[in-house]
Amino acid sequence: MKLVKNAAGRFVPTEVNGETQIPFKGVDKYKPTGVKAKPQIRTCIDYPYDGNKVVKDLKTALKKAGLKDGMTISTHHHLRNGDAVTNILFDAIKEMGIKNIRWFPSASFPVHSHLIKYLEDGTIHHIEGSMNGPLGKFTTEGKMKGVGVLRSHGGRYQSLQDGEVQVDIAVILAPTADPFGNATGDRGKSACGLIGFALGDSEYADRVIIVTDNLVPFPCVPWQIQGGNVDFVVEVESLGDPKKIVSGTTEVTKSPDRLLIAEYVADFIEAAGIMKDGFSLQAGAGGTNLAFVLFLKEKMKAKGVKARFMRGGSTKYLVEMLEEGLTDYILDGQTFDLEGVRSMRENANHVNTSPFTSYNFHGKGNFASIVDTAVLGATEVDVKFNANVVTHSDGYLLHGIGGWQNCLYSKCTILAIPSFRDRIPVIVDDVTTICGPGELIDVIITERGIAINPKRKDLLKAVKGSGLPIKDIKQIKKEVDEICGGAPAKPKVNKEKVVAIVKWVDGTVLDSVFKVEN
Amino acid sequence: MIKNLKKSSAGKRGDSVRSDCYFEIELKNSGGIKLYLTSKVDVMYEESIKQMIHDMSKFFGLKDAKILLEDNGALPFVLAARFELAVKRLFPDLQKEYLLPFHVNNLYSTKKDQLRRSRLYLPGNEPKFFVNAGLHSPDAIILDLEDSVAPSEKDAAQLVVRNALRSVNFYGVERMVRINQLPKGLDDLKYMVPNNVNVILVPKCESAEQIHQLEKEVEKLKNQHKVVNDIFFMPIIESALGVIKAYEIASASKNNCSLAIGLEDYTADIGTQRTNEGRESIFARQMLVNAAKAAGIQAIDTVFSDVADMEALRQSVIEAKSLGFEGKGCIHPRQIKVVHEAFAPTIEEIEKAKKIVQAFEEAEKKGLGVVSLGSKMIDPPVVKRALNIINLALMNNLISKDWRKQ
Repeated sequence: MKLVKNAAGRFVPTEVNGETQIPFKGVDKYKPTGVKAKPQIRTCIDYPYDGNKVVKDLKTALKKAGLKDGMTISTHHHLRNGDAVTNILFDAIKEMGIKNIRWFPSASFPVHSHLIKYLEDGTIHHIEGSMNGPLGKFTTEGKMKGVGVLRSHGGRYQSLQDGEVQVDIAVILAPTADPFGNATGDRGKSACGLIGFALGDSEYADRVIIVTDNLVPFPCVPWQIQGGNVDFVVEVESLGDPKKIVSGTTEVTKSPDRLLIAEYVADFIEAAGIMKDGFSLQAGAGGTNLAFVLFLKEKMKAKGVKARFMRGGSTKYLVEMLEEGLTDYILDGQTFDLEGVRSMRENANHVNTSPFTSYNFHGKGNFASIVDTAVLGATEVDVKFNANVVTHSDGYLLHGIGGWQNCLYSKCTILAIPSFRDRIPVIVDDVTTICGPGELIDVIITERGIAINPKRKDLLKAVKGSGLPIKDIKQIKKEVDEICGGAPAKPKVNKEKVVAIVKWVDGTVLDSVFKVEN
Repeated sequence: MIKNLKKSSAGKRGDSVRSDCYFEIELKNSGGIKLYLTSKVDVMYEESIKQMIHDMSKFFGLKDAKILLEDNGALPFVLAARFELAVKRLFPDLQKEYLLPFHVNNLYSTKKDQLRRSRLYLPGNEPKFFVNAGLHSPDAIILDLEDSVAPSEKDAAQLVVRNALRSVNFYGVERMVRINQLPKGLDDLKYMVPNNVNVILVPKCESAEQIHQLEKEVEKLKNQHKVVNDIFFMPIIESALGVIKAYEIASASKNNCSLAIGLEDYTADIGTQRTNEGRESIFARQMLVNAAKAAGIQAIDTVFSDVADMEALRQSVIEAKSLGFEGKGCIHPRQIKVVHEAFAPTIEEIEKAKKIVQAFEEAEKKGLGVVSLGSKMIDPPVVKRALNIINLALMNNLISKDWRKQ
């Protein structure tokens, strides 16, 4: 495998799984031209005039969709760790004797470790999506036949639109659908909120199968997926375990150290002048992220400040802010708890969005860069502000990128992270894998202090005299090394053997993940 | 070395263990040191862990042994304490200590009348709570060797706390240790006195004699280790007898900086229940405040144990302040801010203090020996109290640094 050094200084392959790759050229430096991908022409005369596209079972749908060796099958992660169907889907594919599938999930979860046997026996050739938990371990140990490809949610849409990935069959799990294929995620016993991750697939895949455990008579209103893009509908007993699809309640962290970080985040947003009438923010569902929202809420109430919109991962905490009039809108990307699902269903100002509107590189603009501040996490950050979200310091793939890369485009991107975990430094000299270039990362907030990217002189000036513990990132790193007993050793990897690549939002290759040597 | 045992263990093991480790040492007659290591951080720190065990084995003269280490991300000061303990459990008479270098930030001393509004209790054998404790900005941390440590782990806590005093950065907060009840607690001192402890808390104190014993032992160790920094004492009154003897105890040593009350044991001792209203302890608390003030030292209140109820904590501190207490014990970092806010001076107190301080500064400028405000003369203790209030107001951002100009 030929590796070249890209603009981030990382060695990346120019060809992966037989396809040519473009090395990362720098932030906003790559601008492809040409026309977007074109789905096949279809005509309504090939579909039942009574609108009933229901077929007997998943296997029948796959057969009718023309499943063959080497095809690309896409799935989505809105059912999270409660997803029971993706495993059954691949059981069916295996039973049909199909090989070498390219699996294109929007994310994978520990429940999908069931699929390791299909990666071993060649049913699945490789994964393009995320490789979490056991799948990450499997991949990093070099056991996957092909090379994994990690993309952001926006990057996934980009790859569909510019034809980098041609999906043959999209299997969309819908908590409610009608026989025509109109589908939604905001109701039904497996309600998950929204299913926007599947929007691109419904538009660009050659064949689209809706699987639902709540088939309602036409029309399913309102719909998030349009039946006009759907080929087949399959009814099943259950999509999965509702308890694992959304949590009953999302918990705020109880750790005093994480709460301290969250408090610093809220203090920073106020001190930097970001918290003012009409502002916007993006918050995730990590324990620290939930906590900072609560601290910020108190500050907003005290000062009488109201936000224009907040982007989720929505939780009951965002919903409370919407219902208490502290924000005009929630623009939701995925819903993490039952309160979020209820609010989306009942409140017109809780709006479902998709990676097209939020993150897409080939969109005529996207929401991510409009947001005033995004508060995110990371597994590692280096002294150049580069950050990692996919591997840990031991070299193993453990998480997907999600919308993280896309959110870096906010006007003030904050990473709220502990400076070390147990004895594992989070602030390091060089990240194991670079997922976000430092030039897009503005502020690192740890329990040991707040580091502002030196290029953000405006922020440095804004918080001067605020009493916040502003520190040089190198100083924080020095403290962490002192605590942990020196800088950590790097994992031993085979620099010849790339097991996965990390794409930037524009489709170029930002970094490689190498096989870990035991 | 006299070999009493063949095998020993130390530390913590199991799936729920974080930032700690477990050692087993089995002595052999030959074969050198054989290390069996599993570590959550082997990729990052395997070499440095091996080096530490090698160095320490050499230091303690351990030649032939099977060493098992299960490491769940223990920091170096914890690894060293656990290994030293495993060695010392094999050789109880061993006097050598494996001392880590002093962190440069740990060499400060404190003042007798230091602000002691909040003191955060840290269980002495739970090192994972130590490292970030100072970041929550209490006035003091207490490394506890007494009630939070199981009787079988007293030796473990001594070494972990000793190592922490040397190498954990507490970011400038006062470093206190609560030793065990005397006379057992005297044995704890040799691990604390040479390692720049600032204050020693004496639990269940019932007589001046106990403070004299403590003072004698501390002086002996200070001389022996050439310690020049001040070491203050904070006796804790936790019994009916202690309350009756409060003044005798408070005035037993010039090194006493404060007198504290512990109500859990006190209410048990007088045969009643602790309530939120605290009527059962009003005598004890007033007695303690009076004794402390009579001896010219601080009166420090008990801990507030409901970590979920911040409003009740706030009320409890306001009440304590009104009784004359100057500090409160904290058992959770989130309590610290609430305690500091509740001890903050009121607007009226600040305005009065401003006038006194300005009158004092005016008098000084004019070279006057006597300070007066209007027709009233102001005594030096009043000026000092006013300065303290201004200082507290500054620390709580209630006034700006240039308040004189406003």
